[in-house]
Formats: sequence, structure tokens, C-alpha cells
Amino acid sequence: MASTIRVRATSSGDTTEVQALIQHPMDSGFVKDAKGEIIPAHFIQQLTFEYDGKPVFVADWGGGVSKDPYVKFAFKGGKKGDDLKVSWVDNKGATDTTTAKIV
Amino acid sequence: MNPMENGLSRRLFLQGAGLVALVGLGNIPFGFAPALAAANDKYPEEAFKQKGEADAIKLLYGKTAEASDKVKLDAPEIAENGSVVPVAVSTTLADVTSIAFLVSDNPNALVASYKIPAGTVPGIANRIKMAKTSNVIVVVEAGGKLYSATKEVKVTVGGCGG
Repeated sequence: MASTIRVRATSSGDTTEVQALIQHPMDSGFVKDAKGEIIPAHFIQQLTFEYDGKPVFVADWGGGVSKDPYVKFAFKGGKKGDDLKVSWVDNKGATDTTTAKIV
Repeated sequence: MNPMENGLSRRLFLQGAGLVALVGLGNIPFGFAPALAAANDKYPEEAFKQKGEADAIKLLYGKTAEASDKVKLDAPEIAENGSVVPVAVSTTLADVTSIAFLVSDNPNALVASYKIPAGTVPGIANRIKMAKTSNVIVVVEAGGKLYSATKEVKVTVGGCGG
């Protein structure tokens, strides 16, 4: 299966800027469907970015994060060609992981 | 002293320490478990279940935030679609360890909480859902203290299917 994670990490020398877009319904558990039935909660709880074996950014999310979530941040260091590992786990225990090259 | 012998005794010492730590953890009464969980990288499940922002902040950090002009919250005046509201934060505060986004009038106020390790720039952009017109609050933990910024965002179409 194609990865649910699209990530772009761009080094500008001193810092690396990271943008990630993830395919996920992010159902909060408060919304009803067309039949008036509650759509059960289904959202990513934790998203982790690792560089050089260490976490550089950890997101704890609730159902209030938009569908197909987007996040942008930056960290000091990071070299072009190095790997950035991205992984998430949702409230149903599903996970996905990808590794992106810093450009 | 012979370096080999030195290395061996160090290893034995560490093994012993590990054993003590394990036994020690086993003895911790149940009531202490939440405090322990809050201190590590675990998902703050209870904080995300709170209805109000004050309760969520209290559970997340165990203290209250003071408003600061050093926290810059970038959010739209009006959001046409409450299901995708772009919000961003940046700050000039030093030693930032955590940043959280909350929406006062959402069913659960806490939306996202980010851990900022040393070396990571204290600035985040993300997209959040808003059920209706409400205050958006961003809390920045810096040097062990909490600072916040608040902005009202008017929502014309709610993001919670109401």
C-alpha cells in the first residue's frame, strides 16, 4: 500500500524545515453521518519525527485536528541526504511509517 | 587497576542498578501511575477528554498559563469552513519544551499538544477543526512556565457536522 505520509524536509544550512501531510479521516467521534448515527472516533494520537535516532518533534493529537492533517515545523541541524523518519499511531492501534531524505 | 576488571565491575554494578530500578517500579502504588505517565512520552489521553480548556491545561501541565505578547498566534479573523482552520504559532521565548493548541468551545478543548525537544524551532503550523465561533488558545511551555495567546475566530460553517 502506498504510504499515508507525504513529507518534505528541506535543509537551508542551519535548519531543516519539515512539512508533512497525512491521509487520515481524523473522525472526532462527535459527528453524525447522513443516517444520524455517530461516526466512531478514529484519529491519529501520536506522530513522531526522528532524525539521527532522536525525536525532533512529537505531536499528540486529539479528534480536533483536521482531516488529512498537515503540520509544519523546523529543527536545527539536519544534512542534505540524511534520513528523517516519520511514524504515526492512531486510536485503533493502526500505524504507518516512512523515511524521507532531507533535500 | 586492570582495565578489563574495571569494565566488568562497572557492568555488574549497572546490572545491579537495573534490578533495583525494576523492583522499585513494581512497588509503586497505583495512585502514582498517572504522575509517572505524565512525565514520559505517553499520550495524554485524559487531557484530550476534558471539555474546558482550563481543565485540559491543568491535566497536561499541572499549572496555569499567563498571557504573553511573546507568543504570536496566527489565526484567521473569520473561518468560512470550521473543519479546516489554519493556525500557526511562533514565539521569541527561550527554552520552549511544549506547545499546545486549544479551542474553548469545541466538545473537547484540547486539539493538539507538541513536544519540542532542544534544537527544534518553537514554531508550528497546523490545521484544526472548530465547531463554532470560539477562542483559539495556544499555550507555550518555556523554562518550566506557561505562556499563552488567545484569538477569537469567527466560524461561519461549523466543523463538527452540527
